[in-house]
Amino acid sequence: MKTRSINQLVDSTKLAIVVVVACLLVSLIILMVSDQPWVAISSFFFGPFSTIRRIGNILEGAIPLIFTALAVTLIFRAGQFSMISEGSFFIGILGATIVGISLDLPAGLHPIVALLVAGLLGAIAAAIPALLKLKWQVSEVVTSIMLNYIIQFFVIYMINYHFRDPEASSLASLKIATTASLPGIVPGTRIHLGLIIALIFSALTWFFVFRMKAGYEIRLVGDNADFARYVGIRAPLVMVMAQVVAGAIAGIGGGVEFLGMYSRFKWTVSPGYGWTGIAVALLARRNPIMVPFAAIFIAYLNVGSGIMARSSDVGSEIVYIIQGVIMLMIAADALLQGWRQRLVVKSATAMEGI
Amino acid sequence: MTALRMEHITKVYPNGVVANRDIVFDVAVGEIHALSGENGAGKTTLMKILFGEETATEGKIFIHGEEQYIHTSQDALKLGIGMVHQHFMLVPSLTVTENIILGIEMRKGLSIDYTQSKKLVQEYGEKYHMYLDPDAKVKDLSVGQKQKLEILKVLIRGAKILILDEPTAVLTPQETAELFTELKHLRNEGFTIIFISHKLSEVRELCDHITIIRKGESKGVYALADITDEEISQKMVGRDVELTIARSEGKRGKTLLKVENLSVLEEGGKPRVDNVSFNLHEGEILGIAGVEGNGQSELVDVITGLGNFQHGSVLFQNKPIKYNHVKEIREAGIGHIPEDRMSIGIASNLSITENLLADKTRWKEFFGKNGLLIKQKIRSFSAKMVEDYAILCRDPEVPISSLSGGNIQKVVLARELSSKPQLIVANQPTRGVDVGATEFIRKQLLSMRDAGGAVLLVSSDLRELFGLSDRLLVMYEGKFAACITDLTSIDEQGLGRYMLGLDTQDTEMVMRNAQ
Amino acid sequence: MTVLSTIFSFQFVDMWLRVATPLIFTSMGAVVCERSGVVNLGLEGIMLSAALMGVLGSAFSGSLFIGLLSGLAMGLFLSAVFAYFHLVLKANEVLCGTAINTFAGGFTVFMLEIVTGEKGTSASIKSMAFPTVDIPIIQHIPVLGQLLSGHNLLTYFAFIMVGVLWYLLYKTPIGLRIRAVGENEHAIHSVGISVTKVRFLAIMICGVMASLGGMYLSMGYLNMFVRDMVAGRGFISLAANAMGHATPVGTMLSALVFAFFDGLSNILQALKIPSEFVQMLPYAATIVGLVLYSIQRINAVKRHKAKSFA
Repeated sequence: MKTRSINQLVDSTKLAIVVVVACLLVSLIILMVSDQPWVAISSFFFGPFSTIRRIGNILEGAIPLIFTALAVTLIFRAGQFSMISEGSFFIGILGATIVGISLDLPAGLHPIVALLVAGLLGAIAAAIPALLKLKWQVSEVVTSIMLNYIIQFFVIYMINYHFRDPEASSLASLKIATTASLPGIVPGTRIHLGLIIALIFSALTWFFVFRMKAGYEIRLVGDNADFARYVGIRAPLVMVMAQVVAGAIAGIGGGVEFLGMYSRFKWTVSPGYGWTGIAVALLARRNPIMVPFAAIFIAYLNVGSGIMARSSDVGSEIVYIIQGVIMLMIAADALLQGWRQRLVVKSATAMEGI
Repeated sequence: MTALRMEHITKVYPNGVVANRDIVFDVAVGEIHALSGENGAGKTTLMKILFGEETATEGKIFIHGEEQYIHTSQDALKLGIGMVHQHFMLVPSLTVTENIILGIEMRKGLSIDYTQSKKLVQEYGEKYHMYLDPDAKVKDLSVGQKQKLEILKVLIRGAKILILDEPTAVLTPQETAELFTELKHLRNEGFTIIFISHKLSEVRELCDHITIIRKGESKGVYALADITDEEISQKMVGRDVELTIARSEGKRGKTLLKVENLSVLEEGGKPRVDNVSFNLHEGEILGIAGVEGNGQSELVDVITGLGNFQHGSVLFQNKPIKYNHVKEIREAGIGHIPEDRMSIGIASNLSITENLLADKTRWKEFFGKNGLLIKQKIRSFSAKMVEDYAILCRDPEVPISSLSGGNIQKVVLARELSSKPQLIVANQPTRGVDVGATEFIRKQLLSMRDAGGAVLLVSSDLRELFGLSDRLLVMYEGKFAACITDLTSIDEQGLGRYMLGLDTQDTEMVMRNAQ
Repeated sequence: MTVLSTIFSFQFVDMWLRVATPLIFTSMGAVVCERSGVVNLGLEGIMLSAALMGVLGSAFSGSLFIGLLSGLAMGLFLSAVFAYFHLVLKANEVLCGTAINTFAGGFTVFMLEIVTGEKGTSASIKSMAFPTVDIPIIQHIPVLGQLLSGHNLLTYFAFIMVGVLWYLLYKTPIGLRIRAVGENEHAIHSVGISVTKVRFLAIMICGVMASLGGMYLSMGYLNMFVRDMVAGRGFISLAANAMGHATPVGTMLSALVFAFFDGLSNILQALKIPSEFVQMLPYAATIVGLVLYSIQRINAVKRHKAKSFA
């Protein structure tokens, strides 16, 4: 067997194991805590497919995850561990909100401007930890997480003090102009144009990573930064570039989510899509083309847990437990490594004839 | 009586490389046994298996006649086997005592009993003539002292069988002499020593038997009294490598590279490269000989832009080379075959094609005007490279890490040469590379010279230097000990004396000949 | 003016120590981990889970001690999972930590709802808290008594642990091994000690410290569990450890600096500054702290080089 096909076999087996373990774990937890476990289990696994609307919920839920996972993919591909997707996404929502409320533009142009501003803010946010590392070697992990908190409070402040609807009893912004909204595309669901945009972005990101020089440099730097330096690529700049592009994608994702699903800003905390995006990106094995599938899987779990929470006595937070376990297992490089090694040895010895 | 016997050891690495194949290795009690072979022959792997740091894919190990399963170094140490690695396994910020007692700490209540520990270090130091200050920080020790510390560490743990992996590679001649006295003393005390080396003179001076390994296979065990140097080297390198490459008289052109009064200082101000000057011309291969660690790597790093320097200048085609301006240096026409290809020469998870392209991101023919990869051109280029350089692979799209060492080196060579450099800096280009690839690589370097290019060849393989160089500089402690313009005027022994600092040419003459 | 006078009051010192306690505990854990060569990004999740389990354990048993044990058991369990995946299954430490945090964020709310029926706080159940301690004699000395006496038991314990960990790291065999493995793991490996075992132990010690830090939040600082109550303190502890050069005393001082801004933000709530800016303060201070530390470190290296070449 070729080394390449051995790797594919082992990787897909691992993925299958992860999915099966995740599903078994859900069932096990439900069996442990629920008084009506079968109701809970069936609503979790089959509920999402019971109506068109719910299938729509899966796809809607996948949209923001696709964007944040693409951002995470780019950052990880460059060998960086910035967690800024969360902050870039949230500040992207702010950008789209501001444009949606304050500008008066025709229907076609309005969302485009809103998304551009969202992307710009996301990129700026992502540039901060990247530049701090470039200039002073400050670890991007902790600074990006701190920055996520700062962005969260800053966004809430902006809404609270500058765009708040004085009529609303709880925190909510003014309504955005209808010209800014992304239209629905599937009647009977809330699936909106954002899904198409997300798929286009997946394809574009794939193209960027695998068919463009900049993406090639990101992969070189991410695989071996010393090698990149040795061939004359300015690795630190490539790392910054990857993070800025990632921030823009996450920011646009925030804008898309907002313009497609909401008419006013209502969040009191950052929604956490950036973190979930890490699980999605890992599940997609950092391949942009696989990101939509992984996002749909995670969104399916999200929708299932929501339905289960409403129809049984089991809380929807179970889904984060599953996500954590999925991330752990996918990240475990050594899982099945022994098997892979045995296959390689077998093929090597067969080839050498000893 | 045998101290140890390794039977039919085979080791296959995860990337499919077979490092050891059916090796039998026998060592008697109380002898110093040489384990010799070229770099990459599999000596270190075999010893790591004995010391429990690697597990053999197949084979058995007997210690004092009993079969043993050694899975960890702990197991090995319990059986009285200790290893001194080529790269020291010390913790720089800790003291000598702390490094020695690591893992066998004496306690007083909950704390470490430092008073007793220091006493122990002193006792052993006196007993085996290896005295060290117990309170000195390891980072302040000389290389020779660090090695003593490593040996003490092993002795205090009760090892009776000592493995020394190329212990002299980093030592000065005086330190080497001192080490040999200590080792002979240990042998007289009944210790068994395995001495890994490919330096014949050292092996002859010190050892009783020699086991020779080539390309992962054992070529037999011999009493040193019964085998000549020629026979040993023949078994070590095989028959074919005797350099038969026809080389024409070089046509020296104009000066390409001008190095003037270059100094590289290490932290603390000690010079690694000490005020050296030389010129390199078109159509010339300039060899640099020297025991590893005498400044060759630092010199290479400066020329390729990877390392900083403090004094002097380096001019390539009359333009100064600046630290960290790798892109500009490569664009100006300097290629680099790095010493440590696995850590800086390749991106191991990317494909052969992607590794071939890494230095060509400014080439419009592959990356277009808009930065879009032109797949067709790239594919045909990489197919051509795979063919021209005889890179053994199933498909240029497989990860480069799935190739053998020799084939990886061919990819590096193909990448560097296909960028049409005027100067190639080749640092240990054939180390760990199989015979066929070695010959191929050498031919490529020669044909580059014949086409009017220049090669700066740093190698620890003397035959390679003799066979390829037009001129030869010998580096010793950061300076040039000699510049040899007529390679027929000197043999390996003579060169060795310069390399070890036993002889030095007149400084004036070196300066003149190096121009 | 009122802010200044508040800062120089005993109440502020009291508050400062209150917010410093969880940071000191957890950053001490980070020190042990870092010294062994592991960056434990899962501290946040370990704190959070221990905070909840301490509350639940004490509420159900009616015993503070059982609560303490439950919290520790939870923290140690998560630490063991982190250690197993990172050390044995070779998962990247950042991803491992993030997975632990994701898990903990869901797990705590999930458990809270099962037990109390609510997703926000554990206010509906009666849990125990660690007591405050009046130090005999000292409490009656003016100034000194007000400064030193009357703090939470865990606050004293946190400062004691700084000393204990210093002793552990620099005076005991296991400390020697932890320091050695972090600096050169091959050195440990080559003398036959399992690198994995030493790191595993370091991660477990770290787990104990982070659990104490978490439990202080729900059983000292407040008297109940609130969802996401750790609010980045695990990450700030990592920053304190970086700034403190992974030494116990330096890290404690850094933790105190970060805690100062945390305390300050509590005071500034009273002012007419938008509360969001006040809430940002501890996080912004952490970034600024890290940047200043890095600049200073780079300059120190430069100076050192300049000196040696002179």
